[in-house]
Amino acid sequence: MAEVRAEMVANVWKVVAAEGDHVDDGDTLVILESMKMEIPVLADTAGTVTTMHVAEGDVVQEGDLIAEIS
Amino acid sequence: MLESVLVANRAEIARRVIRTARRMGIRTVAVYSDADADLPYVREADEAVHIGPAPPARSYLDAAAIIEAARKTGAAAVHPGYGFLAENADFARQVIAAGLTWVGPDPAAIEEMGDKIRARNLMERAGVPVSPGSREPLSDVAAASAEADRIGYPVMVKAAAGGGGIGMGVAATPAELHAAFETARSRAERFFGSPEILLERYVERARHVEVQILGLADGRVLALGERDCSVQRRHQKVAEETPSPGVSAGLREQMLAAAVRAGQAVSYRGAGTVECLVDTQAGSFVFLEMNTRLQVEHPVTELVTGIDLVEQQFLVAAGQPPSFDPAAVTSSGHALELRIYAEDPVRFLPGPGTITEWAEPEGEGIRVDAGYQAGNTVTPFYDPLLAKLCVHAPDRERALERAAAAVDAFAIAGPKTNLRFHAELLTSPEFVSGDYDTSLISRMRPS
Repeated sequence: MAEVRAEMVANVWKVVAAEGDHVDDGDTLVILESMKMEIPVLADTAGTVTTMHVAEGDVVQEGDLIAEIS
Repeated sequence: MLESVLVANRAEIARRVIRTARRMGIRTVAVYSDADADLPYVREADEAVHIGPAPPARSYLDAAAIIEAARKTGAAAVHPGYGFLAENADFARQVIAAGLTWVGPDPAAIEEMGDKIRARNLMERAGVPVSPGSREPLSDVAAASAEADRIGYPVMVKAAAGGGGIGMGVAATPAELHAAFETARSRAERFFGSPEILLERYVERARHVEVQILGLADGRVLALGERDCSVQRRHQKVAEETPSPGVSAGLREQMLAAAVRAGQAVSYRGAGTVECLVDTQAGSFVFLEMNTRLQVEHPVTELVTGIDLVEQQFLVAAGQPPSFDPAAVTSSGHALELRIYAEDPVRFLPGPGTITEWAEPEGEGIRVDAGYQAGNTVTPFYDPLLAKLCVHAPDRERALERAAAAVDAFAIAGPKTNLRFHAELLTSPEFVSGDYDTSLISRMRPS
C-alpha cells in the first residue's frame, strides 16, 4: 500500500486517475494548481488506485492524502 | 489632474500604484477578494471594495464587479497594474464606456500587441527586426510541423494570446514538437481563451532584454533605457538589471530606436515595454513582444533615471506633459531587482503559507516593493510574488554587493521563499561576470 500526499497547499485542478485504475510508476494521478503553476502528482509505484481522496476543485494542504495505491 | 483612481489589482503592485497616487493627491480605491482582505494595500487605500471570492475569475478578472466598484466609490479612473485585466482591450473599452479614465494605452494598441502573430507582422512592417516565425496561427500539428520545417529547428512554441511563459515550450525534433504543440494548445485555451499557436526560431544562447517606452500625451514616444531579464526559470523572470551587461552602446542605440518605432506603429500612450531577444553570439536582436502596461520590473528603470513611471502614467492619462524634460533624461549607476517568490529555492515549487516573520532590509540604495507583511497568509490562488527587492549603486559591482547584503538581511518565515536562491545567484561566477543568458538557472540547477 502506497500513500500519495500533497507536497504543498494547492487546488485540485484535474483528477486524471480513477479508483480501480491500474497505474505505472510515474503515471499522473492528479494535477494540482498552485500560484499559477500546474503540478502533476505522480504515482511512485505501480499498482491499483484503491482510494482517490480528492475531487476537482478541492483545496489540499501540505501532507494531505491524495490517493492510495496497492 | 485625476481626482481619484481605482486600482484593479492586488498586493505589491496595488500598493506601489497607491503610493504614487497618494503623493500626487489622487484619492485611491482598492479592490480585494476574500483571500486578500488583510493585505497592506487594502488598508493603505483611501477606500476598499470587496469584489468577490478568491478565484481570480470571480474577483480580479470580473470586469463588471470592478466597474461597479468604481461607480459606487465615484472613482474617476482605473489603473490596471499588470496581469489580470491589464492587457484586456475589452475591459479597457468598458472602463472608457463607463465614463472613466483608463490609465493605459488606447484599447486598439492593446489589441494589436496582444496577439503575438499580429504584433510580429506589424513590427516587421515597421522595420523592427523579428525572428523567423509564423505569420498566421497554426491550427493543428500538421500545420505546425510544416511550419517548423520552414523555420528550422529548434523552435519555440507559444500561445498567440499568451504571456507569463505559460504553455511555452522548445522543440528540437518533430516528436518534441508534437508534444509541445499539444501542451501549448491546451494551456492556451485554458489560460487565455484562445487556442491559437505560433512558432518562432529558438535562439539557444540568448539574453532577454527589454526597452521601457513612454508614449507622451503629445504623441511623442520616448525610450527610457533597457532592462536585462535573462535570469529566468520556467520562462519566467526571477531577477532583472539595468543597464544590461550584455548590450554594447551601439546595440543599445539600435534597440532603443527600434522600440520607439514599435511604439509609434501603434500610436502608443503611457508606459509600455518592448521585449527583445539578443543573440549573444551574433550581437543582434529580434522583437519578442510588447507589454502594453506597467512592467513588474519597472523599479530598476526608476532607480537609474529618477523618473516615477506611475506618475507619468497618471500624467499621460490626464493629457498632461511628463514631470521631466524628455530631452534631458539621464541614467546613473546600476540597479537590480530580485523577485522574492513564495517557492522553494531548489526546485522552485510553490510554497504558500502564513507569514510569521517579515523584516525588510533597509538602507542606502535599497527599495522594497512588498505585497505582504507579518500575519498575512500567502494563498495558492495568485502568482508567488511576495516582494521585489531592488538596489541601486554607482556601479554593477557595488550593486551586487549591496544586493547580497540586502538578501541576507531580509527575514521571511512561514511560506517557502527563494531568498537562498538569490544569495547563490549573486555569487555565481556566471552571473557575476555579466556574461550570462536565459539558460543560467538551468545550468545552476541541472535536473
